[in-house]
Amino acid sequence: MELKRVVVTGLGALTPIGNTVEEYWTGLISGKSGAAQIQQFDASKFKTNFACEVKNFNVTDHIDRKEARKLDQFSQYAMVSATEAMADSGLDTAECNKDRIGVIWGSGIGGLKTFQDEAQNFFSGDGTPRFNPFFIPKMIADIAAGHISIKYGLRGPNYVTVSACASSTNAIIDAFNLIRLGKADAIVTGGSEAAVNEMGMGGFNALKALSTRNDSPETASRPFDKDRDGFVLGEGSGALILEDYDHAMKRGAKIYAELVGGGMSGDAYHMTAPHPEGIGARNVMLSALEDANMDATEIDYVNVHGTSTPLGDIAETKAIKSVFGEHAYNLNISSTKSMTGHLLGAAGAIEAIACILAVKNDIVPPTINHVTDDPEIDNKLNFTFNEAQKRTVNAALSNTFGFGGHNTSAIFKKFKG
Amino acid sequence: MSDINSKVVAIIVDKLGVEESEVNAEASFTNDLGADSLDTVELIMEFEKEFNIAIPDDQAENIQTVGDAVTYITENAK
Repeated sequence: MELKRVVVTGLGALTPIGNTVEEYWTGLISGKSGAAQIQQFDASKFKTNFACEVKNFNVTDHIDRKEARKLDQFSQYAMVSATEAMADSGLDTAECNKDRIGVIWGSGIGGLKTFQDEAQNFFSGDGTPRFNPFFIPKMIADIAAGHISIKYGLRGPNYVTVSACASSTNAIIDAFNLIRLGKADAIVTGGSEAAVNEMGMGGFNALKALSTRNDSPETASRPFDKDRDGFVLGEGSGALILEDYDHAMKRGAKIYAELVGGGMSGDAYHMTAPHPEGIGARNVMLSALEDANMDATEIDYVNVHGTSTPLGDIAETKAIKSVFGEHAYNLNISSTKSMTGHLLGAAGAIEAIACILAVKNDIVPPTINHVTDDPEIDNKLNFTFNEAQKRTVNAALSNTFGFGGHNTSAIFKKFKG
Repeated sequence: MSDINSKVVAIIVDKLGVEESEVNAEASFTNDLGADSLDTVELIMEFEKEFNIAIPDDQAENIQTVGDAVTYITENAK
């Protein structure tokens, strides 16, 4: 059977550097850092007291107060970016066959704050269970996809993928595959995360995963720099409308880019550390290229996972050199996490948007905060340090890797009818 | 009575996001104030917490209007 082509027809973003797609992109190409001291709780006793939080966000500007109360923050974020993407796509749900429009979302953790609040409430009491009836349906990670479908009446495939920091790329790839196979006309996909709370910060601090550069939060996320010391936790959401090419053409939709390939692999190595030679990272990029039926030399830009951890950045660099060979030196490579921080299960979604807009606008967002070359990393590679670069971007590859050794890559290509 | 009434009304306004003027004694949580089954459970829990009482499930089922709630609480509050 012939696979269908899949195009991107709508985008939505709520990020630490901008609360709409337009603001997010402006932030990306101007090299803006989203890191600052944590506002959502008193983190003064934590090893890390800063994060990349969403700013100037008032949920009731977007969602009715009564509804908002039933949504964990990660679902609120999901609703906001999905709503922006739906409006942007111009999909008219009164005209479409809603049985053939799905929602496949991604979240690494789900409603952590809801869990924290309910546990605190119970364990500080006398043992009498007084759990809120919304506790479970607010917390579970799949609920975001449910809420988006309820808002628009979308009755196609509906679920959430959970693969830690690869979650939303898994969602995008699943959506891509279902549309390719003719199982849906369009799918709202992406991901959201809201773990900047006591449990999230404490847990990642205990893992020694976070940067502790408390005296300079905005320069803490410095992927590929010699003095990088861990990732900066981020939060927010990204949404994409993926659509069957024929369906999009028939309704005269605006098309951002074409999604041409997705790759998935496992490290089978360690709970949290990447394979030191980047075997899983290598395999996943090769698998995405094969899926897209593309040669490595056709890729112009790689948006890396690049979290700014000592081990991860080295392993991913090795994998890129192994996949791209000499062409690695022609690539623009960048880690937009240097600006947004690490949005965990939403990282794949907002980085897919960075790739899509790089392909559309022929600008590569930078890796900011580069000061000192790391002798363990090949500095002849072009990491797009500190400033955005203009270049023709015909195809961009986005990598995301999750704790557990889950690896995903997606390839977006300039749309040609 | 009036103190209980005003507290009950405040809880309903907060939890159901309705206007105070809609919350009269005859108003049904589900038919008039837009509550679903989970909202109703949450309201009962809030009444229990606010008035320091325990409302058994079989009694809770009979509390369907604002007036039902005020009457039950008036009779059972310590």
